[in-house]
Formats: sequence, structure tokens, C-alpha cells
Amino acid sequence: SSHEHKLNFKKSKEACLSYIQDALLQKQWNRAAEFLTCYVESLEKDYSREHIGPSEMIWRIGTEILWHHSQSSMKDFNCFMEQMKTLGVKRYLKVCLEHVFHLLCNGQIDEAYQSLSLAESWRFGEQTAIQDKEMKLIQAYRGLLDFYSWSKQKNILLEHSEDGFSDLAVEQEMHSCFRKAAVNLKEIIKIPGVWDLFVKCYVDLLEFYGDHNEARQVLNEYAYNSKFPANPNAHVYLYQFLKRQGESKKSLISALKILHDIVPSHELMIDFNTMLQKSKKRKKRRLGLEVIFAALDYAGWKENAKAWSCLARQVKQIVISDKHLDWIKQEWNSRKDWWPAFHFSRYLAKRNWQENKSLSYEKALVAGILLGKDCKYFKYVSHQGCKAQLKRFRMLKKFVNRHNPVCLRICG
Amino acid sequence: RDFNERCAQCSEVNWGLTDGGRFYCRSCHNVTERTREVVNTDFITNSRVQTISKGLKKKEKNDGGCEWYICEGFQLVLKKQAEALEALGVCPEMKDEILCNFWRCYLQKSKQAYCKRPAGETVKALSVCESSTDVDSDPERPSLLRLLSLSESEGDLQTDCSFASSVSKVSESTSVYSGSVDGSLYLMKNQKEKLRMTMPMTLSFCYMALLWLREPITLSELLRFVVEGHIPYLNVFQHFPEKMKLCGLDLKIFCVESWPVYEEVFNKMHELAAFLDLPRFPDITESCFLHPDMLCMKYLMEANLPDELHNWTCRVVKKIGIGEVDFLTLTPGNKSTRKVKYDVLAAAVIVVVLKLLFLLDDHYEWLLSEFAEERNKNNTEVCIFYSGGPHFEFKKWYEVVKHSLDVEQKKLDEERAKCLWRCENPLFYSVKNKSKVLKRRQMVVNLQNQFGKLSGSVPHAEKPNPSSFQLSWSEEDTDGSCFHGHSLKGILQEKCGLLTAMNPDYWLCTVKLCNEKLCGHLAHYREVEFPQSYHFVLGLFSFLLRIQPSYIHDEVCMIEHKLFNKKLCKKLKYNTVLRK
Repeated sequence: SSHEHKLNFKKSKEACLSYIQDALLQKQWNRAAEFLTCYVESLEKDYSREHIGPSEMIWRIGTEILWHHSQSSMKDFNCFMEQMKTLGVKRYLKVCLEHVFHLLCNGQIDEAYQSLSLAESWRFGEQTAIQDKEMKLIQAYRGLLDFYSWSKQKNILLEHSEDGFSDLAVEQEMHSCFRKAAVNLKEIIKIPGVWDLFVKCYVDLLEFYGDHNEARQVLNEYAYNSKFPANPNAHVYLYQFLKRQGESKKSLISALKILHDIVPSHELMIDFNTMLQKSKKRKKRRLGLEVIFAALDYAGWKENAKAWSCLARQVKQIVISDKHLDWIKQEWNSRKDWWPAFHFSRYLAKRNWQENKSLSYEKALVAGILLGKDCKYFKYVSHQGCKAQLKRFRMLKKFVNRHNPVCLRICG
Repeated sequence: RDFNERCAQCSEVNWGLTDGGRFYCRSCHNVTERTREVVNTDFITNSRVQTISKGLKKKEKNDGGCEWYICEGFQLVLKKQAEALEALGVCPEMKDEILCNFWRCYLQKSKQAYCKRPAGETVKALSVCESSTDVDSDPERPSLLRLLSLSESEGDLQTDCSFASSVSKVSESTSVYSGSVDGSLYLMKNQKEKLRMTMPMTLSFCYMALLWLREPITLSELLRFVVEGHIPYLNVFQHFPEKMKLCGLDLKIFCVESWPVYEEVFNKMHELAAFLDLPRFPDITESCFLHPDMLCMKYLMEANLPDELHNWTCRVVKKIGIGEVDFLTLTPGNKSTRKVKYDVLAAAVIVVVLKLLFLLDDHYEWLLSEFAEERNKNNTEVCIFYSGGPHFEFKKWYEVVKHSLDVEQKKLDEERAKCLWRCENPLFYSVKNKSKVLKRRQMVVNLQNQFGKLSGSVPHAEKPNPSSFQLSWSEEDTDGSCFHGHSLKGILQEKCGLLTAMNPDYWLCTVKLCNEKLCGHLAHYREVEFPQSYHFVLGLFSFLLRIQPSYIHDEVCMIEHKLFNKKLCKKLKYNTVLRK
């Protein structure tokens, strides 16, 4: 109909909203506030039919503006949040939770704790059941704050014990925090999800009180339960725990296996390779080679001297023993087309030599073995090294020259 | 009240009104034959209708309210609007005579008052009801939901249904449905029978009165004043007296959620004029503001175009006869004449003149502009002064006007987005949701205060002073941004003693006109199908008149077809470019 262009309430508010959006994106907080002032009357027409109704819009936009606006105080912010809590009962817990986050960002731990406790005691008919997830989160975060209190108490206690004091009150307080925290943390990590911080804290508690079995179980669940999303950190935590517990290399290695699969470029790959290299089992050593090669595929590792030294050591070892050259061949096969340009260009040779002699040494060793003594990288670095009369470079040159036939077998 | 005769039976002067509209003596209950409309002379006051009910249970108005009819509400609205117009400079006769006569006539014709059996009589049976437990069980009483869905929905009031359904098990009387006596009946009325009064129609009344008096306000200006807040429209019910309580269905009638559209108000006005059997309106002659010659002059000034163009608009007007009294004057009921939109017509004439002189095909006008620029460069200042202003350069004009237009358009767009629709005292649908409504209102006010403080130094802009001109250009501006005094001599030539355009060509907007009665338009405007310059010019007037470019385009087509009538009658083969 010809009245499509008619300006009505709905269109006017839609236009208003897009002005707010633009202002927010450009961080023009004054302007955003100006238009929000005009938008708020939408609340009087909020019949919650749209996907995101006016009350939610106002909550989210208002939060952004008040958080960033230079003239807005924490008091204004809190006052606003309280209003928002009354606006939509279906969102009550969500608003509480986000308010708590803001308080934490602002360093107001105590207020955050109070807010969480208050929210925890909220009941509203069937809404309580519907907002069950949010409630769990609230309890979890309260547990986290309890942990934080516990941690503080613990430090005080340690200080005092150093000074020779013993403080019963603090100790009791500490234990009480522990109990509160433990309950909530344990609950939340049962639900499939990513709970890194909660897991860490919980394990921390358990270790302190000596419940290593529980800690191990928790970490195993977190890492290996298929219902939980694949999470590299889970494996890292498990590994670190096992290391602290002084577990055998075998279990340490098995903890890192999946990590290698998920994140081949993880920094723990060096530890992983180091353990694997030393293993008596052939399969493990083979894996070790695979691991270190895979790590060095990533640009972030290009200048990691430690990684190169791991590779160099293993490759050298293989060459000297003249056994399992096929391992190197296998690994090199998929890399020989691009590693030369990626790692062993003449430019890199110069740069590595200038910036980090150890790095260039290790790399030169690898290059010499993989590409032969005539490769650019090796030639340049060894030449420079010999020129500088550095002993190890001379040794390097000799070594590569001596084993050149082997190298050729690899390249070939 | 004003009926001062003594009662025939008891000689007392103590009258009341039956619900049949007849006077009865309160002392002795003698009912007269005199009906309300004969006696009631005071008109524009808030008339309280006192009634008795014949033994029916009557809901006690303990909230201090009175019973009022919808038309009384509209009467108040019109009064407020007329007062506002008077404040803008319209002569007082508009309010005191013309408008109220029209209104009286309307009430009579639509049988709402001033007639033998006011429609109020039948209303009584519906509105004052016994308490019933279930609304839907009574087949005669329309269900609330059906009433709401019957009439056109005005924006979100449709959603009030959700409240309605929550209070559907109402056992109270219709005062819940509407504060007015006949609110529900009003919405139910068959529209074909009588012109049902609506808020946009109040503006039709105003415009009709203004036209009758030939006041210098065009319809587009009137509507602009409404949007700018100089004429009450939005939330005008705030001015109703305390005792007239609005709720329920009244909201649907009096709460507007959109600004009125030109076409709507215009068409309704003509319907109204016919409905009221009005005679031919006072003549629109050459000296009238609404005459195309006058309006063209105004718009030329506002569009920053050379005054010389006025000669051309007058020529076009004369040639196609749209300056004739009979063409311009409104004769209601005459279906053969096309209804004249004075403002749109004048704007369209200017567009046609620009096309005649500049072609506006995205090439020729720029070419002419270059020539003009050359000539201006070569002439010295003295030359320009003596020869009547510099050559008009289309390019310069375009740049200057576009810049201002963009600025104003941006302001307008922001104003539209910042439009506040609600008022301080919100209406509520029924008593049940009153507290919720008030709570919400309070929260809105709080939030407005909170964020208003953060808006920075700019407070919510005051209403701009009402002005007839939206763009103004001054010849005192030294930057040469005023083109009124510029000359067209570079693009004109003399032929047989007559000045004609150098441009030999013209392109028609459309070769064939549509049947307006079938599809509502004479032509269908799509931006991509026309030159950018044409679109720009349409856009300029579209902004000034606050209407869609397509309306101006329609008028342009109409004018062109009149202008080139003869040539069109000859066979034209696929060629829309004409040689003049």
C-alpha cells in the first residue's frame, strides 16, 4: 500500500536503534545516550513478541554506555542494573550474573559476592527451574569467590606461621571457605563444558588438603570424558598434576598424547619430545621425531632454539647410529618441498647467524643432515662459524662432511 | 440546562435528559417532546450529558468521571487544533465559524447529534449492561477481540489484544471496554454508511476549513506543522478534561502511533466535502496563495532557483490551463474534475520547467553549466552587475543545494528517530493494568533522566519555530550561494519575438498514463529508470513537501501530458524524446 513509508512508532524506534548502534560502534557514548533516551519509551510497548525485545535491548545497550561513559559512576551503574533486574523476570539471573562480572572487573569483590549470594536465594515459581543453568553458574562463581577468600586466608596463615604466630580464627575461616568452595566447584565441573578456571581451583584445594585421588579423578574426567568438548588445557592440567605427583614417564607421556593430536604446536611438545626421545621403546622414539617435526611446522616455532636443539639431537643420534634413517625420510618426505624455503633460506641463514648463534648452529646441523653439505643454509652458517673461529662450528662442519653420504641417502 | 421553559405539569425548571435524548422534568418526571439538539446552542463547550437509566443497573462512576461520547472527544481535538492554527496566524473565523459549522454539519449528517434520533439511543442498550459473566456468551454483544481486529490496526495497538485477553473474563460493564459511552459501537460502525471520525480526519477537517478560507497554508505545510508539534495531534487527549476518562477502546480511537500521510488526509477531505454536501468552495484566483503562480514563486525561492524561472512557470500554467479558476476551485461531489493538490502541482510545474530548459538527462544540464561557467569567467564583475546577474550554473546550484539538503535531511532523519510518542500521563487499557502501565512509565522516566544526563550538553531540542520556509537563501551571502538573482540568458534564445529555450529536446516521464482510479497512480516511479538529475530535483521537492517523490512524479506526468497533448496524439513510435 502507499502507506508503507508512513512513519510510525515501530519504524521510528527501529531508526533510533540503528543510530544507537552506529554510535556504539564508534564509541560515541554521548550520542548513544542521547538516542537511548529516546528509545526507552519502547518499554511501554514491550509485549515481548520479538526475538530480542526492548527491555533486553535497553539492558544491553545501557550497560555498554554506562560502563564506558566517562561521566558515569559505579553507583549509576549499579542503580541501573538493579532497575534492569526488575524489568524482566525471565532474565533476572542473567542480569545478576553479568552485573557480578562487571563488579569483578571493577575490583569490587565483596559487592560481587553479596550480589551472588542474593541471587542464589532468589526463587520465582517455575522460573527458578527454567533458569536452572544460570543458577548453577551463579553458584559456581560464588564457589570461585570462596576459593579466592580461601586463598587469601591461606596466604595469611602461611605468613603468620613464618612469623611464628598461629591463628586459629584464620584457620577456621579458611576451612569454612574451603568447604563452601569445594561444594560449588565440584557441582559445576560435572556439567559438560569448559571450566578451566574452576577445575584448576578445585584441584588446588584438593591438593592442599591432600586428596590426590579425588584430584586425579577430576582431572581425568575433565580430560577424557567424551561428553566434554575437546580442551587442550584439560590435558595440560592433568599433565602438570601428574608431574607434581612424580608419576612415571609412561603416564606423563600418555597424558600428552592427546594434546599432541589436538595442538601439535603446543609449547609442551618440547617436554613431550624430550621424554619420548629418551624412551627405550622404539615406537616412542619414533613418535618423538614426529612430534618435534610437527611442532616446527608452525611459524611460531621458527626461532625456538630449544626446539631446534631437540630435533638436532635426535636427528644426529639417528645418523650416528645409522639405524632408522627411514624415520627421517618419512618425516622429511612431506616437508622437503617447503621446509627449505620456510626454514633454510639464505636470508634466514644470515639473520639467524646475526641474531642467535645457537639457533643457527642447531638449524645448520639439521639443514646439513636433511639437505646435505651443499645447502645454502649450512654452507653460510658453517662458513661464518669457522671464520669466527668458533669451535663447535668447525666440529659441525666436520660432522656433516663425514656423514654426507648418509645425508644424501635421506635427500635422495 | 439551557432549556429554561417551565415544566408544563409542575412549573419547575429542573430538566434532565432521557436516554432517548428527550427532556424530562426532574420534579414530576414529565417527559417532553423537545429533543436535545434543538435547545443545545452552546457548542464548543464540554457538554456533559446527564442521563437516567430506566431501571437498568448503572455503574457508579465513583472515580469522578462522567459519561462522554466519542464525538465529544473529537470536538475537543478540533477545538485545540483550531486554537493552534489561530496562534499560527490563521484568522479567527476559522475556529469560530467555519470549522464548527463543518463539524456541526458532520454530526448532523452522520446522525451523531442534532437530529431526531441520535445514534446515542441505540448505544445505551449496549453500553450500560447488566453484569454478565462471560463476554462471549452473549451473541449480540461483540467480543472484545473481534472489535479490536475489525478496524485498521494503528501500529501496536493491535498488541493490546494481549491485555484484552488477559482480562477477558470480565464481569464488569463496558466501562472497562471504553471510558466513553459509545467507544465499542464506534469501532463497530459500518464504515460505508457514514464517514467514521478518526484522528487523521481531524486534519482533513482543518484543511477543509483552511481551504474554504483560502488561508496561505498548504496541506503539506499543515502536516509538517503537525509533525513539528505546533498543531496538537499526538497525545492530544492529554488536554481532555479530568472527568473524561479514556480507557479501553478509546485508546484505539484517540491514540495515534503514526504520523498522518498526505494522501490519506487529502482523500478524506474530499470524501468529507462530498459527504457534507458542501457547495462550490470560494474561488481560487490568481491573487490567492494557493494559485500555482504564487506557490511556484515561493518554491522557486525556497529551492534557490533564479527568479527568472517564474516567467516560465507562469507560461506553463497558462498553457495547460491549470491556473483557471474552475480548475483550481474545489467543487465537492464533482467526480469528473481531478482533485487538485496545490503544493504538489506547483512543485511539478517547476520540475517540468527545469526539464524544458535543462533537459535533465544527466548530460545536457552539465554541458549548459560548463558554458555558463565559461561565460562567467570571462565577464568582469561590472559586466555581471549590469547585465542582470551572473549566468546560472546548474552545477554550482546543484552543489550548494545538495549540500544544504543533505544537512537538513540528516537532521530530519535524526529528528524522526528521536521522536517521542508517549506522554507523561499514559493511558491504560483497563483498570487492571493501570498499575503496570504506571510502573513502566515511571521506569521510562527514570531511564530518560539517567541517560539524558549522559547525553552531553545538548538538551532535547526545543520545538523549532514554525516557519513557512525550510531552506532560506540570502542574496547578501558573499559566497555566491544564493541563485535568485542569476540569469538564464545563456540558455535562452529569441524566436519570433518570443523567448524560448535553447534546449530543443524533451523526454516524457511516461508515454502512457495509468488509470488513476484503478491503480492509484498516474505513473510508477522507480529511481533507477530515470536520470539522476531528475531524481535529485524530485528529491528536493519531496523533502520540502514531506511527501514521496512518486507523488510529484505523478503530477509531472499529468502536466506533461497536458502540455504535449497534441504531439502525443500523433503517432509516436518507440520514441519518447520529443522535439518541441
